[in-house]
Amino acid sequence: MNCAEIRSLLHAYLDGELELVRSLELERHLAACPACAAEKQSVHSLRSALQQNDLSYRAPNSLRTAVRKMVRGHEKTSVAREHPSIWKWIAAATTAFAVLTFVFRPITSRDELLGEVIASHVRSLQADHLTDVVSSDQHTVKPWFDGKLDFAPDVKDFTGQGFSLVGGRLDYLDGHTVAALVYRHNKHFINVFIWPSDKRPVAETENCRGYSIIERDANGMRCFLVSDLNAAELDGLARLIVP
Amino acid sequence: MSATESQFEQIVLPHLDAAYNLARWLAGNDHDAADIVQEACVRAFRFGGGFRGGNSRSWVLAIVRNTACSWLEKNRPPVVSIDDGELAEMEDPGNAVPPFHGADRDVLRAALEALPHEFREALVLRELEGLSYKEIADVAEVPVGTVMSRLARARRQLQQFLAKKGEV
Repeated sequence: MNCAEIRSLLHAYLDGELELVRSLELERHLAACPACAAEKQSVHSLRSALQQNDLSYRAPNSLRTAVRKMVRGHEKTSVAREHPSIWKWIAAATTAFAVLTFVFRPITSRDELLGEVIASHVRSLQADHLTDVVSSDQHTVKPWFDGKLDFAPDVKDFTGQGFSLVGGRLDYLDGHTVAALVYRHNKHFINVFIWPSDKRPVAETENCRGYSIIERDANGMRCFLVSDLNAAELDGLARLIVP
Repeated sequence: MSATESQFEQIVLPHLDAAYNLARWLAGNDHDAADIVQEACVRAFRFGGGFRGGNSRSWVLAIVRNTACSWLEKNRPPVVSIDDGELAEMEDPGNAVPPFHGADRDVLRAALEALPHEFREALVLRELEGLSYKEIADVAEVPVGTVMSRLARARRQLQQFLAKKGEV
């Protein structure tokens, strides 16, 4: 290895991230090259200075308190909304199990689910949080979900058919973390929520509070489309996604 | 205590200092950092079910980083984003880096703040939070090789900045 190569690998070496064979090679070079040895010493001192000068910021207590309060507040409202009377007891009984397994699935009726779908759609438009990954390229959006979900949603762009892929994000519906794909048709945004389900396949179209909602289930996936588009146009996208 | 709240207490709260430190270095002031962490906590809480075991610190920091990025995009005048290739071209690897002879805390802070966003993020995660290359790659959603070159170039720029400060 020459000096330029050594200097580019020096950082990984000092970070303990260089494989053994190359580390040995690098050490041999350092023993014979005073210039590279000096550079190593310099980077080493810089690292020590960064680590030992207490440059980290600590979360203020006010923030810690605010965050705890926020979580408690959330919890109370969601418990009150989703578990009237008897469900509270069932929820309490399953808590110990849920704590261990990190599984938390509120029981949601269809009306509640449609309400959640609309609420998520509206929130995504209002809160300026339509997408976490912005891309019209399905090969960018699909891998973005890897590792964030325990399933792989099918992501396709349908610009040619009038529905452009805008991006994707994670959302939360019916007790699941779901994939949300965002499409645009003219000036209308469409949220497509996808999550795995062992439900029997259905194809339903509903109109709810001025929004069109289409459910299409297939191949073990539950899929909801929601938009202020009219149902017929929205159905065009539904047929592309679940032929 | 309900399941999700205790989940949050176990997964997110232990990393609140790390979350705040990253947000503070990315946002540049206390107030914005606190806002970003709060918003990130709301997201972490909503997506708590998305945590499938593994490294909870990386998971939390990735949410903080994403929140900070969308927050900065929304609230700060747009900065011209340069990709790693362009950044590499701007540097001349032929130039020897001036040796580091020590610097006090304020100068080090100023030097870190002067770094491009991607470099500052990598250095904060590596030197202040002690993350591995793999963990930084997960948080910043870039390949490990990019983490390696960002850190090398971040330290070079830091040394150059500190040398200039030393001359004044």
